[in-house]
Amino acid sequence: MKLSRILSLALAGTLSLSLLAGCGGGNGGDQPANNGNNTPSTSAPGGEGGGNAPTGAAFKLGGIGPLTGGNAIYGNAAMNGAKIAVDEINALGGDIQFDFNPQDDVSDAETSVNAYNSLKDWGMQALVGTVTTGPCISVSAEAFNDRIFALTPSASSTDVINGKDNMFQVCFTDPNQGTGAADYISENLPGSKIAVIYQNDNAYSQGIRDTFVAEAAAKNLEIVSETTFTEDTQNDFSVQIADAQSKGADVVFLPIYYTPASVILTQAKAINYAPTFFGVDGMDGILTVKGFDTSLAEGVMLLTPFSADAEDERTQNFVSTYNSRHGETPNQFAADGYDAVYVIYEALKAANCTPDMSPQDICEALVGVMPTISVDGLTGAGMTWDASGAVSKAPMAVVIKDGVYVTP
Amino acid sequence: MEFLSNLIIGVSLGSIYAIIALGYTMVYGIAKMLNFAHGDVIMVGGYIAYCGISYLGLPALVSILLAMLVCTVLGVVIEGLAYRPLREAGSLAVLITAIGVSYFLQNAAQLIWGAAPKNFSSVVNLTIPPLFGGALNVSGVAAVTVTVCIVVMAGLTWFTSQTKMGKAMRACSEDKAAAQLMGINVNRTISMTFAIGSALAAVAGVLLCSYTPTLTPTTGSMPGIKAFTAAVFGGIGSIPGAFLGGILLGVIETMAKAYISTNLANSIVFAVLIIVLLVRPAGLLGKYVPEKV
Repeated sequence: MKLSRILSLALAGTLSLSLLAGCGGGNGGDQPANNGNNTPSTSAPGGEGGGNAPTGAAFKLGGIGPLTGGNAIYGNAAMNGAKIAVDEINALGGDIQFDFNPQDDVSDAETSVNAYNSLKDWGMQALVGTVTTGPCISVSAEAFNDRIFALTPSASSTDVINGKDNMFQVCFTDPNQGTGAADYISENLPGSKIAVIYQNDNAYSQGIRDTFVAEAAAKNLEIVSETTFTEDTQNDFSVQIADAQSKGADVVFLPIYYTPASVILTQAKAINYAPTFFGVDGMDGILTVKGFDTSLAEGVMLLTPFSADAEDERTQNFVSTYNSRHGETPNQFAADGYDAVYVIYEALKAANCTPDMSPQDICEALVGVMPTISVDGLTGAGMTWDASGAVSKAPMAVVIKDGVYVTP
Repeated sequence: MEFLSNLIIGVSLGSIYAIIALGYTMVYGIAKMLNFAHGDVIMVGGYIAYCGISYLGLPALVSILLAMLVCTVLGVVIEGLAYRPLREAGSLAVLITAIGVSYFLQNAAQLIWGAAPKNFSSVVNLTIPPLFGGALNVSGVAAVTVTVCIVVMAGLTWFTSQTKMGKAMRACSEDKAAAQLMGINVNRTISMTFAIGSALAAVAGVLLCSYTPTLTPTTGSMPGIKAFTAAVFGGIGSIPGAFLGGILLGVIETMAKAYISTNLANSIVFAVLIIVLLVRPAGLLGKYVPEKV
């Protein structure tokens, strides 16, 4: 019975390998190695302004987001954007100076809480983060217990802010995005047959899909195909695309992140299927995937509050600074990160906080002023917040033409 | 028509599993070991082809040949460094070494190419016009994959039954000691098996990445495990078995995704394996050889 013994051994091996592969593949294929914290990078005094070194104490501002792994484009963009805002504010040389410390969480909840704890030990007085929804739900609970003020650039689920008075968002909430997308489609692409492909083990994707479907029913939109995928099956969408195609969908709504979206675009092209793909903020970043043929994204529509080709001076300055530092056009996440720092800056000013205050005192002061301030940012003019932590600003749809976003 | 299109998707996915499974089954048949690093050799093949096309600007075909060459060398080196010293050791030791090699390759790939997914643009530029008035759309990659799989399988069958080296391989798989007495260089034969298996892995890697265009350091692990399942399903050690197992597995997985649940697809695949092994312990086409005590 040697054969069966070898087989049973092999099956045990398979099982353990698949388990391990499960953990590893969890974030689009990253193995540990990134769990360690980056060395704290303090903001370069003076930034591009030169001179104007912060005198005395600065506010300790933490940042958490995926700097490596499958969602790295979001985290890097948000943290780079935040860094630009920090440098600009420090260059002003005012009373409010920031010491900014971005940490990597690989978009993993557990790693994110570890990063949060190490920032807490560092003496963080306010948090810009976390960037992705899943980790943010965990970290916001910790921040709520510790009474540390947190502002996420881009974690859009309502679970992030629900019941936590000190947690605020710069981005739209998921209901806002799902409803906004359905409204937009009913106004601008009337009578279309819609397919939805969403990730049903992901809070962000599921949340947007739920509100989209609810609003679509209210607006009498026709959803002909609804298919799902999971973290483990996000490499192959042949079946889902074939389903949408055979049911004649001419709009495919993708409330998902850009990595699986890039696979869907590629595989749809391979079977000559060319509907209008409609994404939400997770689609942002698709043009920067390494090796991705951007012509595949031609005509893709997405909801985003930020467009790098906007003409106002502030956006132009931001885009050129970002471009010269990082060699690419900033996406919405970079703008969200930039705005997050300015929102904290405005709130600190409004609340008359000083760097020697404890994180808890700062938190109470900021929670008090947030519903009263209005901030003009790159992602919206006159952003305001309600006490729940949700932002109010207008969503905007863009379409990808020749590799850039343009307003349709 | 929807069923037919799913069937085609299943067969083409299954063809990729089958090519990978051929590598597993050959190595198992001859060296009596499970090369768990096989899935990661696929990933390396994918990255080499990606680098060839994107960084060196080589034509797709040259990149594939380059990937095959690198993987062949890699396969022989892995065999020589990691497995040959353990030839006389127990099968458990070799199995654990194989898992170690697998992780080594994944981590090395992460160091070299980074963890961020790369989008692999398909090496197949073939587009097939819609059939049945647009009701059925087949991707060029799917057609090429199935063709390559059939060619590879036919080639391997010919190789093992007709050539001298192929006969030596079969002799080694029957009885290593007896083969050695007949003047067959067993070590060289095993190296050759690894070389062929790894070259096939490179082909599988390129096809896999053309079909599912994201490339990460763990790209090979899940397909590798599924292909291993396919090899066991069809009867490990048997070349037609690997082919049959691969195709069936691809079809079962696709049908499960399309008609049952995407979330359960992987569980269903492994459940089928368990049922088959309960009914036919040696797999569909495997030879059941009772061991004399």
